[in-house]
Amino acid sequence: MRRLLLYIVILSTGIIFLARLFYLQVINTSMFLRSQDNAIEIEYNYPQRGYIYDRNNDLMVSNQPSYDVMVIPRNLKAFDTLEFSKILDITPDELVNKIDKAKIYSPLLPSVVVPQLTKTEYAYLQEKMRKYEGFYIQKRSLRDYQVDHSANILGFIAQVNQKTINENQYYISGDLIGRRGVEAVYEEQLRGKKGVNYIQKDRFNREIGPYKDGIYDTLPEKGKDITISIDSKLQGYGEKLMQNKRGGIIALEPSSGEILSMITAPSYDPSDLVGRKRSPNFSKMWRDTIARPLYDRSILAEYPPGSPFKTLNALIGLQENVVDIDDTFSCNNGFHYGRGRRMGCHPHRSPLAMVSGIAKSCNAYFANVYLRILDKYSTPQEGIDTWKNHVQSFGIGDYLGSDLSTGRPGKVPDSEYYNSIYEYPKYRWGSAATISNAIGQGEVLMTPIQLANMTATIANRGHYYTPHLLTHVDGKPITNEKFTEKKNTTIDPKHFEPVVEGMHQVYTDGTARTLQIPGIEIAGKTGTAENFTRIDGERVQLTDHSIFVAFAPVDDPKIAIAVFVENGYWGSRYAGKIASLMIEKYLKDEITRTDLEDWILSHSLEEEYAKPLSEEPFRINQ
Amino acid sequence: MAKNKSGFDWITILIYLLLVGFGWANIYSASLGANSPDGFLNMDTPYGRQALFITLSIFLIIVILSIEAKFYQRFSSVMYAISLISLAGLFIFGSTIAGQTAWYVIGPVSLQPAEFAKAATALAIAKYVSGIQVNLKEFKHQIRIFIIICLPVLLVMLQPDAGSALIYFGFIFPLYREGLHFAYLLLGFFAAFLFVATLAFGIPWVIAGIILIGISIFLKNRKKRPTILKYIFLMAVAVGFSLSVNYVFENVFKQHHRDRFNIVLGKEVDSRGIGYNTNQSEIAIGSGGLLGKGWTEGTQTKGHFVPEQHTDYIFSTVGEEWGFLGSAVLITLFILLFLRLLFLAERQRSQFNRVYGYSLIGILFMHFLVNIGMVIGIFPTVGIPLPFLSYGGSGLWAFTALLFIFIKLDSERMSFF
Repeated sequence: MRRLLLYIVILSTGIIFLARLFYLQVINTSMFLRSQDNAIEIEYNYPQRGYIYDRNNDLMVSNQPSYDVMVIPRNLKAFDTLEFSKILDITPDELVNKIDKAKIYSPLLPSVVVPQLTKTEYAYLQEKMRKYEGFYIQKRSLRDYQVDHSANILGFIAQVNQKTINENQYYISGDLIGRRGVEAVYEEQLRGKKGVNYIQKDRFNREIGPYKDGIYDTLPEKGKDITISIDSKLQGYGEKLMQNKRGGIIALEPSSGEILSMITAPSYDPSDLVGRKRSPNFSKMWRDTIARPLYDRSILAEYPPGSPFKTLNALIGLQENVVDIDDTFSCNNGFHYGRGRRMGCHPHRSPLAMVSGIAKSCNAYFANVYLRILDKYSTPQEGIDTWKNHVQSFGIGDYLGSDLSTGRPGKVPDSEYYNSIYEYPKYRWGSAATISNAIGQGEVLMTPIQLANMTATIANRGHYYTPHLLTHVDGKPITNEKFTEKKNTTIDPKHFEPVVEGMHQVYTDGTARTLQIPGIEIAGKTGTAENFTRIDGERVQLTDHSIFVAFAPVDDPKIAIAVFVENGYWGSRYAGKIASLMIEKYLKDEITRTDLEDWILSHSLEEEYAKPLSEEPFRINQ
Repeated sequence: MAKNKSGFDWITILIYLLLVGFGWANIYSASLGANSPDGFLNMDTPYGRQALFITLSIFLIIVILSIEAKFYQRFSSVMYAISLISLAGLFIFGSTIAGQTAWYVIGPVSLQPAEFAKAATALAIAKYVSGIQVNLKEFKHQIRIFIIICLPVLLVMLQPDAGSALIYFGFIFPLYREGLHFAYLLLGFFAAFLFVATLAFGIPWVIAGIILIGISIFLKNRKKRPTILKYIFLMAVAVGFSLSVNYVFENVFKQHHRDRFNIVLGKEVDSRGIGYNTNQSEIAIGSGGLLGKGWTEGTQTKGHFVPEQHTDYIFSTVGEEWGFLGSAVLITLFILLFLRLLFLAERQRSQFNRVYGYSLIGILFMHFLVNIGMVIGIFPTVGIPLPFLSYGGSGLWAFTALLFIFIKLDSERMSFF
């Protein structure tokens, strides 16, 4: 027994020590993090962000140096708060607040105190900084915009938020990250890679050399320059035309799917979101919930497509073999169906066959074709689902899969949708109940980019390429199968010619004959879409949206365009003029129809937009 | 039976060499600086000097093993006397370094007699206990042994060096082995427990605990008709001890003593001031992880975040650079050494050898317990070295002498003298 005591004491001590060590070294890993924190300091070198060029290699976005005042709370020594806050041009409370926040974020990692000083502010501060230990100036590069347009395409860069820091190891507080647009989508290419130096510190926080002789250190890698498919001049021109209007324009190159222009109105100058003025400007635009300058209508707004959608119904009718191009339908100021119901139409000669049906945009013609498509099948459910499959093959009703930072799917109704709203099988519904789809007015919703893509598909006679922006990275063309793969529709290419001819006659003989451009053969289609809003809970109709789609030249299409102008009334009034001007600008680089240009530039729709807000009765479609 | 010259215990010697070698590697890493001169043997660096100390230990070992075993028994009293005189002489001739009058400085050499006093005391106790008429159950002998231990303890306390004095508690192991009553051990254990409990939980809780435990034992034994007075007396003594601990802690201890205890008890977190050593040492060890950062790659070690890292805190370098694996191997090596020495001590025929062996284990174990306990944050900060690993000539030589005297005694255990 007396011999055992020491054995027991020795062995139990050994076990306790091993258990404690196991806890310290294997279980409780927070010790490890603390060690990384106090022995190793990480120093970052930020590379230049990549430049952005347009399709003609015109520089759109470059960089300018900017300077952030940073703090590492652990390194702080007592200092004169009042004096320093005066130098920084902030209140002492703000300064103390910032330091407290920085301590909460991390006592050892840098946090921003005052972001984005200008060169002159920096020069003044640089001399004074030495007095204030724990503070230093971090050089970064900010965007320098060479253009005053394209804000919705380019997006902007901003300080990374806490959520991103938590999700992505690469970012630390104060880093800049692309938000929205190309800056966000191609963030990884543009940002490059920041360089890291690991510095071994001693217990007095003095640097004693690189950690592990710098084997983990990296040099910053410059961001890659990218080229986007936007035609900067066309974009700028389009934005100018859209001033004092609301709406969206998309112009595509049909043979590649490249986006030539992507315009939303109202928009803003991208330089407004740079540097210290970014935050107030952003809040101001964010709070404008009426005009919504930060809302990209060209890719987000889902409008009823109106008459341009008729071209699709013509194609489906031909493909389903329910209509021949020579079949005529009469129009008696509209289409009569059911018990005394009527879908109105404007006056034109009657009866009409397909080509002139498109040119004159006859509602009755397309109501007949649409009903024939659905009634070909034994039930309206089957009919509408067949119709929907054709429509969807044009990229409508789902996300396009483009390289834009955001988007909307639009809407194509199917049997499930009508079953649900008509409470099938309790009640039955017939094909006539969906008749508005014939003229693109009912349940169908499309974004401008979907409408432009549909137009490009018709221009291509039956196929499209996914619309996209990126064309080159560091001067080398990209190879992304998503964008080079040809997407065929369910419509046989041979059926497109009559539709194209119809669209051509829209210009020569139809609803847009006043918009012809000398020397360019254009195919287009006007659209006038009814739309509604709610005022005090009541459904109120507003002035129609003006819509226009077009492509040119007819035989070798170089540009396909879709224009939506909110409350612009009939199609050729605003949208048609803008589309024609942009086509001429792109193909000829000069404007011969200055009469159209003057009219557009001098007409504003602000009055129209103010009507529903005036709280007074108002008239529409004047 | 003839002397067996080659009867040295090679297992112990091998463990000794491993510990000393590993110790030097860690001292090298811990004292390596950006401006360190080239060469392992540069005398301006701790690792260079430690290499010299190790070389000199080899000579010391040869000398110790060459002397006849009888010598240590015969001259143990003389060595004890010499060590007492050298301790006392410190107050006249000694030098004061960092507040402690613990050093003789002769030219470039400085010696710490307290380190050697442990070995001398071990010899003296072995000699006394192995006397023919000595019986540890008798109070007279208990008092004399108490005095033998307390003389060096007093002199060491006066330096003041409470850490070294603490080591003398290790002599409880040989004395218990040789017949000291179990009650002394129990008493010591309870005193220690009450001491810690009082500081950790405060007087009210401890008194409540004492009363609760007292009553429950009383109720459990009530069929035996225990006398209530006896229980009340014992409880009163316990409460009185607890109160006096509190008094001593609050009124006798200095603030830095109190701080050291409070940090271990988790009552105070001050990683900048007094808690700095423990905190940094735990960070260094914790950052080693499972496999460690590799020799000379420890970032905490390189940054010299742990004070005294090459001396008392050498284990934190082990923890950081060799990880849990290396630390576990080192702890296992120490445990193996203790178990081997226990085995050797038990196989001795002479009582002198056995008592000396147990004293050796007691001293080494106390160092191991207090030093590593302190470095890994489960023992208050007490500045004593880790045997064979910590930097320092006096320490290394004293431990070497202590160990190799026993190896010599063991090698001649079969001879009669």
